[in-house]
Amino acid sequence: MPLTRRRRVIPGFGLTMGFTLFYLSFILLIPVGGLLLYTSLMSWEDFWQAISHPQVVASYKLSFGASLIGASINLVFGALVAWVLVRYRFPGKKLVDALVDLPFALPTAVAGIALVTLYASSGWVGQYLQVAGIKVAYTQLGVVVALTYIGLPFVVRTVQPVLEDLEAEREEASASLGASRFTTIRRVILPSLLPALMTGYALAFARAVGEYGSVVFISGNMPYRTEITPLLIVAKAEQFDYHGAAAIGTVMLLAAFALLLLINGLQWWTARRGV
Amino acid sequence: MTAKTATGYLVRHEANPQLAARWRRATEEPAWVRWTLISIALTFLGLFLVLPLLVVLYGAFEQGLSVWFAAINEPDALAAIRLSLLVVVMVVPLNVLFGVAAAWAIAKHEFRGKPILISLIDMPFAISPVVVGLIFVILFGSQGWLGPWLAAHDIRVIFAVPGIVIVIAFGTMPFIARELIPLMQQQGKEEEEASLTLGANGWKTFWYVTLPNIKWGLIYGVILCNARALGEFGAVAVVSGRIRGETNTMPLHIEVLYNEYLFTAAFAVSSLLTGLALVTIAIKSVVEWLDERSREATAISHEGAVS
Repeated sequence: MPLTRRRRVIPGFGLTMGFTLFYLSFILLIPVGGLLLYTSLMSWEDFWQAISHPQVVASYKLSFGASLIGASINLVFGALVAWVLVRYRFPGKKLVDALVDLPFALPTAVAGIALVTLYASSGWVGQYLQVAGIKVAYTQLGVVVALTYIGLPFVVRTVQPVLEDLEAEREEASASLGASRFTTIRRVILPSLLPALMTGYALAFARAVGEYGSVVFISGNMPYRTEITPLLIVAKAEQFDYHGAAAIGTVMLLAAFALLLLINGLQWWTARRGV
Repeated sequence: MTAKTATGYLVRHEANPQLAARWRRATEEPAWVRWTLISIALTFLGLFLVLPLLVVLYGAFEQGLSVWFAAINEPDALAAIRLSLLVVVMVVPLNVLFGVAAAWAIAKHEFRGKPILISLIDMPFAISPVVVGLIFVILFGSQGWLGPWLAAHDIRVIFAVPGIVIVIAFGTMPFIARELIPLMQQQGKEEEEASLTLGANGWKTFWYVTLPNIKWGLIYGVILCNARALGEFGAVAVVSGRIRGETNTMPLHIEVLYNEYLFTAAFAVSSLLTGLALVTIAIKSVVEWLDERSREATAISHEGAVS
């Protein structure tokens, strides 16, 4: 095609692309490759033993399980928050909208000590929950709370723009054909939001699985019970058990790659469905 | 297209207020449903966003301004603040350079494998900060790939400042690029092409045409990158060795204080980072507002041109 072979008008491609690839290689690709290479040099038995130790398996269950629950809570409430922010008017809406990004901007360690202070048995929220017999701090529930906090912006921010672009005509058409409001929401609005909801869900989940700072304060880090996988990696690295840390780190890295692929697929789906 | 149809409806509704009211009823929820949903959403956000914020500020200032100031004006805290600022001064310019270069290459040019490059830039978002720290411990640690060579040349990377800079550069790499790429794609390349056709060179075009267009996005990207660089915790926890007064950044210092039951001091240092987070989201709101306003302005001028 002669058209695409036209000389580039805008200069600087070589320079900017070269620098981009150089920087990516040195900061990202070579280091990540280094970890994978390091793990691949381990014997299969060592690797398997490191990643299948009962304590490690218990941490996978907690990390992935609590992340799933946290992301699910965010799916429901994130969709609700997005809906309320796009469709309704109420005082202070702009402020609330801006605050949604807070978990993204607030350092995780700060979030961690804030959450544990709130949910400890003497805390503002914890003392009331204790009356009801619910313990949050230093339990698995605490991990869920921290992972919900950290994933909060994702569903809201992926659903919000799609909801804003939704054409009113389709709802009007549905209503004029006799559908109740509930049916319209279920059959017209929800299907249009589905790709965005799933993308937000996957992003919140991916963020939660690797999270460290906001969790370690509230979880109490009890072996087999409230230890998340990233904590085990830190512990092993601090004890200079690089092999153990690298093996578990590789599992987390591969999980992150798989999630990234899934998210890319979902984003492609969202863009294609474009309302 | 959409705007036109919407206007069409508006006109019809205005002509027939009764019909308009019936339409609204069919496509809106009754007031009690609306307010119930708003209340649930606000309760959720109050519990998860506002309370943690308040507990930090309350903890920091509970015992008065002088105690807050004393907690910050203390050698280890000041050393942590200095180290964090030093890291930011090194990392943010690198990320600006990378972000602008990547956005220029991706948004203004066509090449094969572009989606792969964008995915690579996104990668640090998906990787656990703890794994990031581990990667560099394995590369530069005493028992890592380059450990013996570094030891022989008396270079310390792990448990020292260079390691902290590298992991934070890794973790904050996407922020500016991800802010600029969609912005520059949306603006297209006509303006740059016009400038080049009129004889300006590439640098001039970037400086006088592109940069003013991406100014606000760049500012927000820098502020966000800044906040995230100061707040990075998991990766730094692995590589810093937590040497008090030497390799403790602000978040690590907060952890030390908290673990020593110095809660007021921990919240005082936290309040600085919280203030920065609030400034970050405030700037984001301003940038979005400016963006909306400029888009409305273009929409109006286009409408004027059509009529």
